[in-house]
Amino acid sequence: MLFIASIISLLGALFLFLGSMGVLRMPDVYNRMQAGTKATTLGTMMTLLGIGLANTAWLPKILLLILFVLFTNPISSSALARAAHFSGIKLTDRSIRDNLADDKVEEQDA
Amino acid sequence: MRRVKALILSYLILTGLWLVLSEVTRNEFIIGSLVSATISLIFSSRLAILENVKLNPKALFCSIKFIFVFLRELFKSAIDVAIRVLSPSLPINPGIVKVRTKLHSKLGRIVLANSITLTPGTMTVEAKGEYLYIHWIDIKSDDIESATVAIVSTFEKHLEVMYG
Amino acid sequence: MVEYAYIIFDIAYYISLIAILLSFIRFYLGPTAADRVVALDVITICGINLIIQIAMRAGRIVYVDVALVYALLSFLGVISVARYLEGGL
Repeated sequence: MLFIASIISLLGALFLFLGSMGVLRMPDVYNRMQAGTKATTLGTMMTLLGIGLANTAWLPKILLLILFVLFTNPISSSALARAAHFSGIKLTDRSIRDNLADDKVEEQDA
Repeated sequence: MRRVKALILSYLILTGLWLVLSEVTRNEFIIGSLVSATISLIFSSRLAILENVKLNPKALFCSIKFIFVFLRELFKSAIDVAIRVLSPSLPINPGIVKVRTKLHSKLGRIVLANSITLTPGTMTVEAKGEYLYIHWIDIKSDDIESATVAIVSTFEKHLEVMYG
Repeated sequence: MVEYAYIIFDIAYYISLIAILLSFIRFYLGPTAADRVVALDVITICGINLIIQIAMRAGRIVYVDVALVYALLSFLGVISVARYLEGGL
């Protein structure tokens, strides 16, 4: 049991590592946010679940922490993406289209 | 009636939170449930968002199914991000697309937007009424309809039963 | 098997530390404020993992509450920076 818990924990830590590597490698804010949010959410869930399985008495509190991270992580990243787009940070040159910016221009013209 | 449902739901959530956070003795439970009842009553005018929760067996069954679908998508998205990060050429093709949702309730739209953020390659940037603007890391379709089918429809059919 | 389990927990601990270091580079480089906040968010989440792992070594459940409050504060911090970037603060 302890061994399985430690393996789950290790996998979660690997996802955390990949997420922060994505934050380092991606070309603009939005792509960094994608890597940062998804990989770290799953990484946190798995690491904490591993530790919760290792000592079962802590499991309720750790499940609460997992739920909290699961709810707040996407909200904060969405709010930050919205703010970044609002404050005029451009998408990377490799991007294809930006419907939100197009719609904003239309609203200003109308 | 709908307000009473929202009140009872918020009371149950708060009391459950208190039970997890504190050691369970009889006095602590009584005080905690009194405090949560007071908080629910004080903020009763702001609990409109909980009125959308449906409490019938079909919705309950659908929420359990939704949790499993969501976990599967979360795993897929983390592995997808890992593959993109690890490949040396960084295969991305990003952009912001616009999709339309059929959900009417506020809570349903919030849960939908957060689930989209945690599915493979998509992230909600802005929500205006029934339109969602989504940053897609690998654009596959151009118009609203096909993007809606590709991004939204996985969760929408469950959320429609749960929150309407 | 059990003695290997603790070694694997140790490896997970150090991998989380390396993750913090990597995002710290982005925190230092990041051209805009939003980049820095993204990096800070990742640092905080890895920090929560470290706190829980330290709690397991020390065997004290109080540290789990510390991690909960830390997660709450980081969420509030990111939301307020987002409000500031939008000009609403």
